[in-house]
Amino acid sequence: MRLVLSPWIFGFVVFTAGPMLLSLYYSFTHYDLISSPRWIGLDNYRYMIGKLTLNGQPNQGDPYFGTAVRNTIWIIVVGLPLRIVFAIATAMLLTRPKRGVNGYRTLFFMPSMAPTVGASLVFVYLFNPVTGPINQFLGHLGINGPLWFFDPTWAKPALVVLGLWGIGDAIVLYLAGLLNVPRDLYEAISVEGANAWQRFRYVTFPMLTPVIFFTLIIGIIDGFQYFDQAYVSATTTGNGVGSPQNSLLFYSVWLYEQAFTYFHMGYAAAMAWILFIATMVLTAILLLTSRRWVHYGGGLS
Amino acid sequence: MRRKRFLLAVANHSVLIGVSALFMFPIIYMFFTAVQSNDQALTGSIWPHPFVWSNFKTVFDEINVWRYLWNTFLYAGLSTVGVVCSCVPVAYAFSRIDWRGRNIVFLLVLSTLMLPTQVTSIPLYILWAKQFHEWTGIQFIGTLKPLIIPSFFGDAFSIFLLRQFFLTIPKELTDAIRVDGGGHLQVLWRVIIPLAKPAIVAVALFNFIYAWNDFYGPLVYLASNQDAQTLSVALSSFRSLHHVDWNLTMAAALIFMLPVIVIFFLAQRVFIEGITLTGVKG
Repeated sequence: MRLVLSPWIFGFVVFTAGPMLLSLYYSFTHYDLISSPRWIGLDNYRYMIGKLTLNGQPNQGDPYFGTAVRNTIWIIVVGLPLRIVFAIATAMLLTRPKRGVNGYRTLFFMPSMAPTVGASLVFVYLFNPVTGPINQFLGHLGINGPLWFFDPTWAKPALVVLGLWGIGDAIVLYLAGLLNVPRDLYEAISVEGANAWQRFRYVTFPMLTPVIFFTLIIGIIDGFQYFDQAYVSATTTGNGVGSPQNSLLFYSVWLYEQAFTYFHMGYAAAMAWILFIATMVLTAILLLTSRRWVHYGGGLS
Repeated sequence: MRRKRFLLAVANHSVLIGVSALFMFPIIYMFFTAVQSNDQALTGSIWPHPFVWSNFKTVFDEINVWRYLWNTFLYAGLSTVGVVCSCVPVAYAFSRIDWRGRNIVFLLVLSTLMLPTQVTSIPLYILWAKQFHEWTGIQFIGTLKPLIIPSFFGDAFSIFLLRQFFLTIPKELTDAIRVDGGGHLQVLWRVIIPLAKPAIVAVALFNFIYAWNDFYGPLVYLASNQDAQTLSVALSSFRSLHHVDWNLTMAAALIFMLPVIVIFFLAQRVFIEGITLTGVKG
């Protein structure tokens, strides 16, 4: 028993639990990798929220922390519901034909496996304001397309579209969920004269809630760590990390910059812990409220 | 009636073909741009005129693609071997052996799934750069080692997926060998592994593709050493460092994505079953 588990226990201590505690310790220090860590108490956390006093002078704090938090909340609040709605809608389309479902499912699923770096490069090209096909298409409709990755208002929506391209894994889950709904439930409600919307509202939706719950939790955990697409698209347009005008400066991007560009290891560790706590609190809230709206049973366990 | 059913099928398939076209459009567009001339790639027209197949050769001349491919393959291949070897026994212990505290420890495994990479990546970077380096005398930063070594000590998602599958194997099958006096190693080797092949293949493929695509890890550890970089990091700076030409950027992106696309189409059933296993039956 011990023999079987010992490599995992070693790995857990050295690569997970140990580093977790270390990063908690670093979050109370000033550490630039050159001189040894210096204990500064809660100063990193005070700097984060702009409540730091240095040598008797009030310090304005991290000027971009708020921006990074707002951008991250934006991408989750706008992106995640759209992902779920589109995934359910596409999965429902997939339940209609009698043949060819597997072929379509394969095509929808594939982009979610594509490397984020490659996908981001392609989408920066697709969203090119002048030569990109998206604005050319809008031009044919007589719409003057926005500057997308060059406009702080439209850069995040472009990333949402990139995110929707990769909803294949969610589609597969919802399709499996839909195929698990017992036929007789639909027959029963149809006998009572329910229309299509009522069938969705009172049968399909409740039966899908476990999958919605799962994709919500995964979506929030991933959303807080949103990095690859934002980093690659901002650097590819040539205006640097976070550009345009810090509209793509997400929490994890700013954390990465603090740690590995400025080597503010202590401050970055403090940001990481706040990220961790936020993830846990939101997951806990979802778990606690899940009893009210998540229906378990009837084929889904 | 039959006519109505036929029209309905036509309507369903038209909608689905339209949606499929939307999903495939970026990849098709990427391919066509990759074989356009420099000038044409700036016009935004889609059909290559002429087809410039030599763009791929230009990319290979421009950057050391073979080296990046090899580095990416090493990272993906070795970490996959590590994850499979380390997670199968642990998943077995969590599904087939009864021991005190099993459920609590399993919850601990699950909770590490919630732990943001950022929390551990900062101290781990410091450990690899300082302590681990001083204790062993080995240079870790700028090499693939910090990316590969941890996978030999278990991975929470893989343990979870394998455990879910092992639980579906009937207990009678394993009990039979236990009654005959066989040890856990025999049960694992003769019953669990042969029966769980689909799940093990799924774990291996998920890890291979995860590592192949991984950007954050290689960016943290390899950005300082160009010779050790994987394709994801090399590609992310390709456009700004080497070329402003979009056709070459798309050709490079295609070289990077092609192995993933091929593996996906060869083994798509495995991926779909793996996703369904972890998501719905959780």
